[in-house]
Amino acid sequence: MKLWWSLGLRIIVFGLLLAFLLQPYWFAPLLKPLTQNNAPAIYNQGSLLSLTLSHLQIVLIATVAATVLGVTLAILVTRKFGAEFLALSRSLVNIGQTFPPVAVLALAVPAVGFGEKPTLIALFLYGLLPIFENTLTGLTTLQPSVIEAARGAGMTGWQRLLKVELPLAFPVILGGIRLSMVISLATATIGSTVAAKTLGEVIIAGLLSNNLAFVLQGGLIVAVLAVLIYDSLSALERLMARRMGA
Amino acid sequence: MDKLGVVITALAAYALLISPFATFRANRIVPGDPVGLLNAVATPVNGLVLALLIAIALLALVKTSVIARLVASVVAIVALCLAIGLAAQHLTPEGNSYARVAPASGFWLLLFAFALMATDALTRLQPPPGVRILALLVTALGIAALLKSGSWDGLSILKEYSTRAASFWREVGTHVTLALGSLAAATVIGLPLGLLCHRIRPLRAAVLNSLNIIQTIPSIALFGLLIAPLGWIATHVPGASAVGIAGIGAAPAFVALFLYSLLPVVANTVTGLAGVPQAAVDAARGVGMTLWQRLTKIELPLAFPVILTGIRIVLVQNIGLATIAALIGGGGLGVFVFQGVGQTAMDLVLLGAVPTVAMAFAAAVLLDAIIDKVRMQA
Amino acid sequence: MIEIDTLCKSYDGVEVVRDVTLTIQPRTITVIVGTSGSGKTTLLRMINRLVEPTSGTIKLDGEDNRSLPGYELRRRIGYAIQGHGLFPHRTVGQNIATVPSLLGWSKARITARVNELLTLFQLDPAAFAPRFPHELSGGQQQRVGVARALAAEPNVLLMDEPFGALDPIIRAKAQDDLKAIQKHFGTTILLVTHDMEEAIRLADMIAVMDKGCVVQFAPPSEILTKPATDFVATLIGTSDRPFRLMSLAKVGDAVEPGSANGLAIAASMNQRDALAELLWSGRQALPVTAADGRVLGRITLEGLTARAGHSSGHPA
Repeated sequence: MKLWWSLGLRIIVFGLLLAFLLQPYWFAPLLKPLTQNNAPAIYNQGSLLSLTLSHLQIVLIATVAATVLGVTLAILVTRKFGAEFLALSRSLVNIGQTFPPVAVLALAVPAVGFGEKPTLIALFLYGLLPIFENTLTGLTTLQPSVIEAARGAGMTGWQRLLKVELPLAFPVILGGIRLSMVISLATATIGSTVAAKTLGEVIIAGLLSNNLAFVLQGGLIVAVLAVLIYDSLSALERLMARRMGA
Repeated sequence: MDKLGVVITALAAYALLISPFATFRANRIVPGDPVGLLNAVATPVNGLVLALLIAIALLALVKTSVIARLVASVVAIVALCLAIGLAAQHLTPEGNSYARVAPASGFWLLLFAFALMATDALTRLQPPPGVRILALLVTALGIAALLKSGSWDGLSILKEYSTRAASFWREVGTHVTLALGSLAAATVIGLPLGLLCHRIRPLRAAVLNSLNIIQTIPSIALFGLLIAPLGWIATHVPGASAVGIAGIGAAPAFVALFLYSLLPVVANTVTGLAGVPQAAVDAARGVGMTLWQRLTKIELPLAFPVILTGIRIVLVQNIGLATIAALIGGGGLGVFVFQGVGQTAMDLVLLGAVPTVAMAFAAAVLLDAIIDKVRMQA
Repeated sequence: MIEIDTLCKSYDGVEVVRDVTLTIQPRTITVIVGTSGSGKTTLLRMINRLVEPTSGTIKLDGEDNRSLPGYELRRRIGYAIQGHGLFPHRTVGQNIATVPSLLGWSKARITARVNELLTLFQLDPAAFAPRFPHELSGGQQQRVGVARALAAEPNVLLMDEPFGALDPIIRAKAQDDLKAIQKHFGTTILLVTHDMEEAIRLADMIAVMDKGCVVQFAPPSEILTKPATDFVATLIGTSDRPFRLMSLAKVGDAVEPGSANGLAIAASMNQRDALAELLWSGRQALPVTAADGRVLGRITLEGLTARAGHSSGHPA
């Protein structure tokens, strides 16, 4: 019963988001009270749908790239030949996390120019950290007896990694990807300050023209996207973890 | 042969052979000309610096004692810092106040390579918390001394600074007030809230879920959304505007940072309290402690390191997020970052970004040391 | 046959295994007993080369164990450990199939083998094969762990404290099962434990290890009657010694002619349990019956006590 409730709620939220993106003018009366001097209630300098898709696209590309590199690096430093980099990589991750996203974004501009690229770089670098950290945690906290059994069964290093270590660490890695995506979804809005096509455009347009309706719709779309993605990835994690009896 | 040494030497070789050490621009706006290390610094100092850097990069290759590596990398970093100052003096024509000299990719790569070497050495040494704080202090004093001595005055970032000295310190003040003030407010509210959540189970899920949702709202949107309610309060609540509440400016930024800060503080308080061993709580009850005594003498001290970790997360996060306040007129170092982005003036971006990163980094080192110290005592 | 010859292992100059020479006969159970840190686990792990020796050789059926890459060697040798080490993300069936699939067996052959082993370990294949390890009880997990080790029909099975995590009742059952399985497949088993009771119960030969050396290598009865060093004697425990010795012998070997009243005792029961029966029933003698119910004679309190003594000749 409770399951149906929560599933129903998610479907309704997703449906509302879809309706808002496809037919935003249906919702104009709701947002009208937030505007002043007859300003438009719905963002009119571009399509909300295409901004949302472009926003998601940037986040997805950055997350995929961060996942590939983050997981690869974590695998390398947990192998025998990379072991001496393990402690150093931990320190670097710690230091890296102190760099504010805005600073990374602004500093990337001179190197690659305005537009999507600096945003992608900032999201990629910032998203790399949680994924690397979680993969590291996942790979270094495996039950020793399981790894011992895998060795004892005659698995080669590759076989152990692919058949035992990565599958067992997968829920934790997924947690890192989830964290990284949620951070990226929010950070991508700042990308609009360097001319990336994201939902930040709507928010900033609202801030510039003092139109609260714009700020609210831009912010809400991002927040709803983040909640939905966070929620579905958490559900997937729980499912995987339950299979393993965690 | 040291594996990390290979990376460091390769980076240094690339930086010294291929990348420019500094950029020279006739004025703030025009594109720059790359200058190599040998041309950037006057002879014979250039040769000395080059030889020193090469020697240290080669030293990184061989397996030596950790202390030697640390000392060598610190020497290299100091030499780089001095050399870039000298380059600025050397490249700027006498009496020309338009010319701009900035560190270029070669400098940053070298700095990164040797910082990597130093980080590696420090990671291996695992210095105790006190030593770490001392090292942070020495570094800060060293940078202050370099700034004071004027050896960096020729650098473009300091030229930007000199034309904005007054506003720079004002924005630093705003930045720190925003970050620390919202942290203080979040601690005052978040700690008791965390306690309540620990004691009252149904409250826990509700509070943590709401705070989680707040975290997903992008910062610029949250900052913007607070403009209206705070504006309303300022005009309708008597005395509100007198204490600084206003629709735009620092107030919405402060409230937004406060809201973002609540989750780590509350969540870590709950986690910390939940992590207190049941046996310790039972023993405290067994010896006849009251609820209040248990809380102040057993539960809070045991949960303290975890709560402190939450505060560390908040502080580092707030120092970074406070840059966004500039977008809604809230001030802070973000002012220079966004102005710089608007004018495509990198030096201005750096003037905002470098102190922000430095503060966040220092806060992280300081709090990590304190947390370790507290854990050791526990 | 496993021939271990002057085997040594040291870590940073500290010798954990010193000059061990042992020959283990095929189709027997050899138990290595020792306190923690005695080097017993290291010795075991050198046989399947999870640990590489510093010096010395190990031959399996005459072939040096370094003639194959380590992982290929390990696919030929069964290995079961304490806490079973089952892969939590794979079903029971997939766990058991680990080595056969590494060896590239056909699907049909793997399924047949999995079913055979599950049945042998009294786990219904239809019910258990698709389950995940966490859905099993501790005793069932342990059995699956041993089944996995035996999956590729190894001649040799290495076991490192395999019953360490089980409670006493389940452990006794698991030990009996192991003996039955060993008879069934004729596997050569080498088992490491710190529990002398377990060693006496299972072993054909016991190797006692102390500070990296094998201090005695002998059948259980000899370990009990003629401990080679004080350390071995301490490990046996002097007060229990007569009872442990009696637990090795069957009632059938102590039958005396004559008759007695009371509940009959099976000839296959061990003498310690028979003594307990006599004491508990308060009788001087009880009748002994064979498996088919035929009365073989009687067993007396006096006869058993005489056998418990140190000096008495004892069937090994």
